[in-house]
This record gives sequence, structure tokens and C-alpha cells, in this order.
Amino acid sequence: MSAAAPVVELKQITKRFPGIVANDSISLTLKKGEIHALLGENGAGKSTLMNIVFGLYQPDEGSIEIDGKPVIIDSPNKAIELGIGMVHQHFKLVEPFTVTENIVLGMEPKKGLKIDYKSAAEQVRKLSEQYGLQVDPNARIHDISVGMQQRVEIMKTLYRGADILIFDEPTAVLTPQEITELMAIMKRLVAEGKSIILITHKLKEIMQISDRVTIIRRGKVIDTVETSGTNPNELAEKMVGRGVTFKVDKQVPHVGDSVLKLTNVNSKSKDGVPVLNGLSFEVKAGEILGIAGVDGNGQSELIQAITGLRKIDSGSIKVSGQEIANLSPRKISELNVSHIPEDRHKHGLVLDFTVSENMVLETYYMSPYNQGGFLKMDVIDRHAEDLIKQFDVRTPSIETKARSLSGGNQQKAIIAREIDKNPILLIAAQPTRGLDVGAIEFVQKQLIAQRDQGKAVLLISFELDEIMNVSDRIAVIYEGQIVGEVFPQDTNDQELGLMMAGSLKRGGNAGA
Amino acid sequence: MDLVTLGQLLNTTLVFSTALIFAALGGIFSERSGVVNIGLEGLMMFGAFAAAVGGHYAQDAGMGAWAPWVGVLCAMAVGVIGSLIHAVASITFKADQTISGTVINFLAAGSTLYMVKLFFDGAGESPLIDGFKKFSVPVLSKIPVIGEGIFNSYPTTYLAIILVIVIYFVLFKTPFGLRLRAVGEHPSAADTLGVNVKRMRYIGVMLSGLLAGIGGATITLTTTGTFAHNTISGQGFIAIAAMIFGKWNPLGAFGAAVFFGFSQAIRNYVQLFEWSKSIPQEFIFMIPYVLTIIVLVSAVGRSSAPKALGEPYDPGKR
Amino acid sequence: MHRLKKIFATDSYVVPLVAILLGFLVGAVVMLIGGYDPIAAYSALFKRVFGSPYDFGEAIREMTPLMFTGLAVAFAFRSGMFNIGADGQVLIGMTAATLVGIKLAGLPMFLLVPLAVIAAGLAGGLWAGIAGYLKAKRGINEVITTIMLNWIALYLSNYIVRNFLLLKGQNRSEDIPASLSMTFLNGVFDNARVHWGTAIAICAAIFFYVYLWKTKQGYEMRAVGLNPNAAEYAGMNVGRNVVKAMFISGAFAGLAGAGEVLGVFHYQSVFAASPGYGFNGIAVALLGLTHPLGVILAAILYGMLTYGAAGMSFGADVPPELIRIVIGSIIFFIAAQGIVRWVLKPFYLKRKKEKVS
Repeated sequence: MSAAAPVVELKQITKRFPGIVANDSISLTLKKGEIHALLGENGAGKSTLMNIVFGLYQPDEGSIEIDGKPVIIDSPNKAIELGIGMVHQHFKLVEPFTVTENIVLGMEPKKGLKIDYKSAAEQVRKLSEQYGLQVDPNARIHDISVGMQQRVEIMKTLYRGADILIFDEPTAVLTPQEITELMAIMKRLVAEGKSIILITHKLKEIMQISDRVTIIRRGKVIDTVETSGTNPNELAEKMVGRGVTFKVDKQVPHVGDSVLKLTNVNSKSKDGVPVLNGLSFEVKAGEILGIAGVDGNGQSELIQAITGLRKIDSGSIKVSGQEIANLSPRKISELNVSHIPEDRHKHGLVLDFTVSENMVLETYYMSPYNQGGFLKMDVIDRHAEDLIKQFDVRTPSIETKARSLSGGNQQKAIIAREIDKNPILLIAAQPTRGLDVGAIEFVQKQLIAQRDQGKAVLLISFELDEIMNVSDRIAVIYEGQIVGEVFPQDTNDQELGLMMAGSLKRGGNAGA
Repeated sequence: MDLVTLGQLLNTTLVFSTALIFAALGGIFSERSGVVNIGLEGLMMFGAFAAAVGGHYAQDAGMGAWAPWVGVLCAMAVGVIGSLIHAVASITFKADQTISGTVINFLAAGSTLYMVKLFFDGAGESPLIDGFKKFSVPVLSKIPVIGEGIFNSYPTTYLAIILVIVIYFVLFKTPFGLRLRAVGEHPSAADTLGVNVKRMRYIGVMLSGLLAGIGGATITLTTTGTFAHNTISGQGFIAIAAMIFGKWNPLGAFGAAVFFGFSQAIRNYVQLFEWSKSIPQEFIFMIPYVLTIIVLVSAVGRSSAPKALGEPYDPGKR
Repeated sequence: MHRLKKIFATDSYVVPLVAILLGFLVGAVVMLIGGYDPIAAYSALFKRVFGSPYDFGEAIREMTPLMFTGLAVAFAFRSGMFNIGADGQVLIGMTAATLVGIKLAGLPMFLLVPLAVIAAGLAGGLWAGIAGYLKAKRGINEVITTIMLNWIALYLSNYIVRNFLLLKGQNRSEDIPASLSMTFLNGVFDNARVHWGTAIAICAAIFFYVYLWKTKQGYEMRAVGLNPNAAEYAGMNVGRNVVKAMFISGAFAGLAGAGEVLGVFHYQSVFAASPGYGFNGIAVALLGLTHPLGVILAAILYGMLTYGAAGMSFGADVPPELIRIVIGSIIFFIAAQGIVRWVLKPFYLKRKKEKVS
């Protein structure tokens, strides 16, 4: 093995974007049959590097060799030709198309002028069998599970004869069980002679499956090590550049009265499918309740129901004893309910408003910001100045458009606005998604600080680690129901995973 | 209403529908690729103008029955050129697609009349030409009602109906169609599989110019015989409505176009009835537009539009 | 003021200026191809506008409805909508003004005239409000509905004029007693048809600015226009704002109609086709970058061009339609800013180099 040239060799790749060096002279080798992990924080330059390998970007400096031969990859087409396939983090699947249509798109087998769907489906079935993927060629994408969709992504690369597979954060949306299955698939791929680059920031997975790890930080390679010769602490330190504690510091909670209480809440989607299905739980003052679950099991609908954005068909939602079901979002907000939305660009900010304008998005109509229908711009500006100082929001000025802030600072701005309302209930949906370690720490500390001040905090997250570390109590949501309620200290990932997949119920109202 | 009149009504319906069918089919190509085309009106204007001018010179050159076909070819060419303006602005330079479509409408209104005045010594309209003759399909045209209604039509009407089927096949059965639809639904998925998004969109927009051009041509070559400022008055917008009714599907758009053609044709026939005298003519003229709104309210909305419609494709954005 | 200064400190005005130049250039090329003399044509155009007090007054008359419809389209744009139906809203506004102006003619003028103007604004607003309502409640794209409403407005106003207001034997309404004309300026402008509509338009622009950027409701409307999802999450009523924005937009357009019938023609015609005020309004709004000040400036430019176009055809024999090509090209270059920046690139590079050396 060692005598042969590496399948991929990146030599001193540099890529600059306006104002930033995304990749600074990065070198990396991928050996045949190897699973090589690429570890780094959000924004460290992993995705840029892989987009260069896949031909979406051109490097400013440096060269790429495939099987020892220098190549120029100037388009995805070229990458595909060279046997490189990429499994994207955000699946690139055409929803109304079938599995087969998605796979053959761009390389369709033809019969006369027509696409030969019969032989296409046959090829898909064969591939599926060869790698044990169990994908139905004729299913439509919007009808199959997230895990299945990912397998379609994998098959797209295999159909094109890829020998080098790049997996970009493949586990972000999977349950622990699905992750185990994915690992098995990856092992089978390697056994069939493929080579894999795995992009991730999850140390556990790296330790489990990779052969070697390359750590990058701020666009530079920090080190490449054999996985067998390292440990998670060492990797984390290299990734972040300082010692990291995995445990979040927090005191024992002082739990008070019930603040939010949902009883048997039911709601249907537009097509009549139940999305909240007899859902009940309670959050008390001074505690953080974490909602664990796989994406798409009713988390978004749950938040919408509590914040007044979704009508419920039956059941009760009470805040401090007052019924709020089907009230308007504004009425609920005025009951001191704060909400950090899961999609900060879509729901949390008006990106083309200034920072100052964004800071009063929910309170602009109240005194002192509004007087007789006219906005008091000086008061609004002063308020914004206070908040950015208090929460350390890094912005050139309060007149800067929210769009030009970094993701972390946008999130800080939202948190500042929501906490400033002095809520009795704080709903935080995916509050750390896409943030770097520093910002994650900041956000989690703020949540705990709120809980220590006696607020009720509802945390919704797909990241099990976050749920385990931050919550005082965990409720697991599956198909619009709470299927388990546990304390983090007496459960583990495996058990939570089984509950998230719907195959285990425990505690709470699950048995009822 | 006797059977003869019914046949005539059907026939007139198809005459009015033909232009709409072509333009709506054009709209489908553009919008299925993800580019909003509000410029259909202008593209039809380009086509109507080119057909009138090309047809006139071909007729002068003694080409006889072939002259209108020359007009159609000119309309296709000018339609494509016009649509290129839209394509360059909205695809290459990522201009707002609605605005750049509006630009087409402006440029078409100005430039076609400017050229008419230039070519024909300041006249407000192009010289009258013969245009197409109706063609009776042997045997079939003898069938009562349908024979008169369908099989005694202009060649362009037959062409339109054939194209509906051909384009359905192209969109849903061929690699080109799959790629075009993929680009309109999820451009970055198509891009990562090596489908050239910009090229597909250029093709989609240019086909819309080509077809809307023919649509405009059918109006000068079968109905008016000349091009003036009011030759295309709102037909392009109705074609857009037909496309939306038809859920961006050639067969649906065909049905919707026939419906609009019918509501235009009925104007001439409804006056045969005594009771219609009591209804002011303005209200009869309003029917198609009111119906459009009613149908939109009760039916589709935007749910079946291509997902990436209106979004310029930026490969850097993930 | 502070903000205004900032607008002019950046290069945001460079693009439209260059676009205007490029538009004229395209027009010149088109004229050269057609065998005309562009310099003679353009100078004839400006001579027409500034040649006599009468013509200058008439040019102002030409600009006025453009200011209104430009503001209408721009206001809807700021609230996230494309109001392509200003045309119909103008017609409905006209009809309302004519109806009130004729049917309530017994009232004293100081009541009748404001009533007719208010009726025009209200009617235009309600007409546009239909499209807003359908968008808010049923999610129907306002582009389609406003286009359809244009046609319905055309036939509806014709119906009203023909059946209730007709001057016997003519294809128009009776004369309207209510008048917005500025007759005291007859001496200055040599009897050009200047009217109070122009002043109302400038007030409308000021209202536009103050309302959108200084009030609570305007803040809401801008938030809804820029990000309806976030606005909804923040507790704003998106649907109500959509309807309200369309109402205000339509009211601007309706006022244009009042100006035309009460200030210019003093009667309303039966139209064979849409008079096209609304489509010009789109051009004006885009040219003015959908900012009220920009819209007023754009309306002045556009009004000069369209009024001067007639001079061009007398003075240099150029078909007046040429001016539509010029305007279409200007919007094209503004919409596709990339082209303008590409054209400007050498200048920017040069400037940078000069700074270095």
C-alpha cells in the first residue's frame, strides 16, 4: 500500500476571499482505502477546501494530484470524471423527483430520445444491493426518511463511479442508530476499495471510524495524526487552540413553580397529517428542559404552537397558569415569552435592517421607542448601544446592516434582544447551530444564567451533546409525541437514541 | 345556437387560443428552468412585428403562400434575440427577473413601433399582408361541428396542438427535460451533478422567446394582417395566467389557453342571444379577467410553481 | 439629514447616473442605425421642454402623474410587492373623481374639490387593496391579480362613464365643474395646464418618506417587505400590512387619476385601451431606486423625455417611440447593475492607481 501514490494529494492549497484567507497553504494526503477525517470548527476552512477538491472553487495557489498525476479540477464535471464524489451536508436532492431520477440526473441512460427509466431503475437497484443500502428506486424524495435521502446522495456518487468520497458533516441530521448504520456503510465502501474524506467537528465519530485525522484551524493545517495514537482531548485542544472542558459548569437547579405547561396538544399539517400528537410536558421556573429528537419530529411545530405561529386543534398550553393556545404571537410575547428562533436569517433578524432596528423588532411599538405613532430613533439607538456593549456584539456600528455581521454576532444580537425583554420563559431553538466553539460557550452560558435567575428555559436541539450538557431534564420527541422524560445523569446516548427512533419509551407521560 | 354556429364558435376559439398556446408553452420553458418571464407580452410583440415585416417583404418578393412562413421564421429569430436581453440581465447579471421582464416589455413597445415607422416612412402600422389561409384536413373536416371547428383551421393552430404534445414529451420523458426541471427546482443539485445551470436557463429563456415570437406571429398572420401598437394588447399577460392555471404543464396550459380563447370568442357570439342585450358589453369584456381571478382564488396559488423560480443561481451560496 | 448625506457619500447614485448616460447612448446608436442625427434629436428634445413657458408648464403637467404612479409602485416595492396595476388604479381614481365632481356639483368648491380628490385616492386604494387582500388571504401573486384588475378597471370605468356620466353624442363624460387647475399661473406658463396635483404629488413623496422611515407603522411595513417571516415571528400582522401597503400604493395612483381629470382634461374619456400611466410608473420607480426623492427626480427626467419626444419628431423627424427604447435601456442598466459596474471598472481601477502613485 505504502508504495503506491496517494489517491489524493493536496499541495499547499491557498484560497482567499475578500478580507479573509479561507485556506492558507493546506496540504493533505488521502491513501487508498483510508477514512481520513478532516476536523475543524465552523468557519475553519473545511468546506472551502472540499469545494476546491470538488471543482466548485479554484485555488489561488497550490496544486492537486490524483493517483500521483497533477490535475486541474475546474468544475464538478471534472471532479466526477476523476472519480471524486461528494455527499453534501445539505442534501442536494430534487424533492418532487424519484430516487432514480435524482441519481441518473446528468448521466441518464437513453433509449432513442427517451430516458430509459427501466434500465436506470435496474442499475439503482443493483447498486443498492451491492452496498446494502436498501433504497427503493421509485420512491419520491419527499416521501423517504432523512437517512434514506442520505443514502441516495451516496448512490449518486457511486452511480458516477466515484472512488474518492467526501462526506461533509454526514451525521448532523441522523439519530445515533442511523449514525451507526452510516458507519457500517462507510466501512463497506472502504472494503470495496473506495477512499473517504470525512469532514466533521464531532470527535466521537472520528475516534470510532477514521484511520487518520487532519486538524485545521483558521485556514491552516495544525496537524495530521493517526487516530489510534490520539485521544478526544488532544484533538479538541488542537481544533480550538486551547484547553476545552466538555462539561458545562453549572450549579444544582433551584426549581420553582410551573411556567409552561402543555397538555395533550394536537395539531395537523395543511394536508391533515398530525404533526403534534397528544403532546404534553411541563417546564418549571429555574430549570432547563431539553427537547431531544431527530429533525422533523414536530420540534418546529411545537415551537410555533407555543409562540402563537401555529393553530392547535385541541389541548391546552399554559404560561404561568394562563391559557395561551391560539393567541396571537404578539399577545404571547407580551406575556414575557422570549424566543430564539432556529433559523436566525429567516426568522430571527431582518437582515437588511440595521443592528439598531433589529434590536426593537418586537418592542418598537411600545414606549419609550414609540411616541404617538412616531419612532424615537435616538432612544432606539441608545438601547442598541447598551445591548451591544452588554452582550459583546461585535459590529462596526449600530447603523451596520445585520447582514454583514458574522453568524456568531448575529446570534448574540438575537439573544441580547430576547434576554433584554426579561422573560419568564425563554425558548431557544437550535441556539448554537453553525457557531464556533467560543460562541457556543457564550450561548450556553447565557441559557444557564437565565435559568439561575429563575427563568424557565426550553431548549430544542438536534445535538445530543448539547442536550446532555446543558439540560436539567430531557424530554424526547418522536412523531409529535413526548416518548420519554429522563434526567441527563441517569441516561446515555444509546438510550436517548432508541427513544428518538421511537423504539423505546420511558418515564413522563410516555406510558400513559 | 345551431350546430353550424357551434362549429364556428369552436373555430374562433381555436384562432384566439393559438397565440396563447404558443406563448404559454414558451413561458413554461422559461419558468421550469427557474426564470420568471413577465416579458412574454413584449416577446409576442417582437414576434408579431417581425412576422408582419418579414411576411410583407416575402410577399413582395413573390413568395406567395410561403410568405407567412417566412414571417414565422423572422418572428422566431427576433423573439430569441429579444429574450436574450432578458437572459443576459437576469441570468448572467442576476438582475431581478420581474424587472428585467418588464424591461423587455418596454423595449419591445418602443423598438417595434420605431422600426415600423423607420421601414414604412413614418406609418403607424405595417402594410396589410395576406397571411395564412385556413387548411381543411381531407375527410376529417367533413365531420359535423368538429370538422368545421377543428379540422378547418390555420396551419399555426395545428402546429400549436402538435407542439403541446411534443413539449410534454420533451419535458417529462427526455434527459433535456429532466435537467431543465431539475435546474428550476434545485439548481445547486443539478450543478453538482455537472448540469450547466446557466446554459439550461439560457436555453429555457431563449425557447420562451422563440415560442412567444411564434405566438405573436400568429396574431398578425391569421387575425390582423398588420402590426400596430395595439396588435398585442395584453395577450402575453393572459398567456402567463394560462401557464399558471395549467400548473406549468403543457397539457394544462393548453386547456387554460383554450378556455381564454373561448372567453374571447364568446364575445362575438353571445350577442346572437336576445338576453345578452340586457348585459352591458363592458361586463362581457371583463369575463376572462374576472374568471382568472376567481379560478386563482379557488384553485392553485403558487404551490406547484418550480421551487427555485425567481432566484438567480449563485454557486457560492450554499 | 445625516442619512441623506450618507446616501450621496456612497456611490449609490453613480449607477443610476451611468445607467442614464448609457441609455441615452443606446438611443443615439439606435438613431444612427436608423439614419437620424442623434445630436439634433436630443437638442430638439430639450429645446421643446425649455423652449417656451407654455412648453415648460406642459412638461410639468406631464411629470405629475408619473410622480404619483412612480411613488405608488415604489411604495409597494418597499413593502415587498410588485404593483403592476397602477394603471387600473389610476383609472378607478379618475372615475371616482369624475363621478364625485359631476354628481355632487351642487356643493361649494372648497368642499367639492377636496371630496373628489379624496374619493380618487380612496377608490384607487381600495382597488389595489383587492390585490393586497387576495395576496394576504389566499397567497395569490399580486402580479397576476393586478394585471387582471387593470383590464377590469378599464371596462368598469368605461361602463360608468358611458352609462352615468356621458356627454350626449360624445365618447366622453360631461365637463367636470370641480377643478384643480392653477389658473393664477396662467400668465406665467402661458395657459399651460398646470394644476395642484403637482403640489399634492410632492406632499405624497414627503408623506412616503416620513411614514416609512419615521413611524411605527412604516417600520412594520418595511420589516414585512424585507423579511415577512421574521416580521411574523416578531408578532407583526403580515397580512394586514400587505393590504395596508397596497392600499397606500393604490391611493397614490388614484390621486394621479384625480390630477388628470380635475386638473388637465376636465372630463373623462372612454378609453379604447389602458392609458399606460402605471407602466410608466414602474419605470419611474425603478429609475428612482424606489426612494421618494429619487422617484420625484426620476419623474422629472421621464416627464421631460416623454414630453420632449414630440419635439424630437418635429425637430429631427425621429419617431417619438425612440424615447421608450432609451427608458427601457436605462432600466435595463439599473436592473443589471453588474453591467454598469463592469463598464465602470476601468475608471475605478484608474482611480485606485492614481491614489497609489
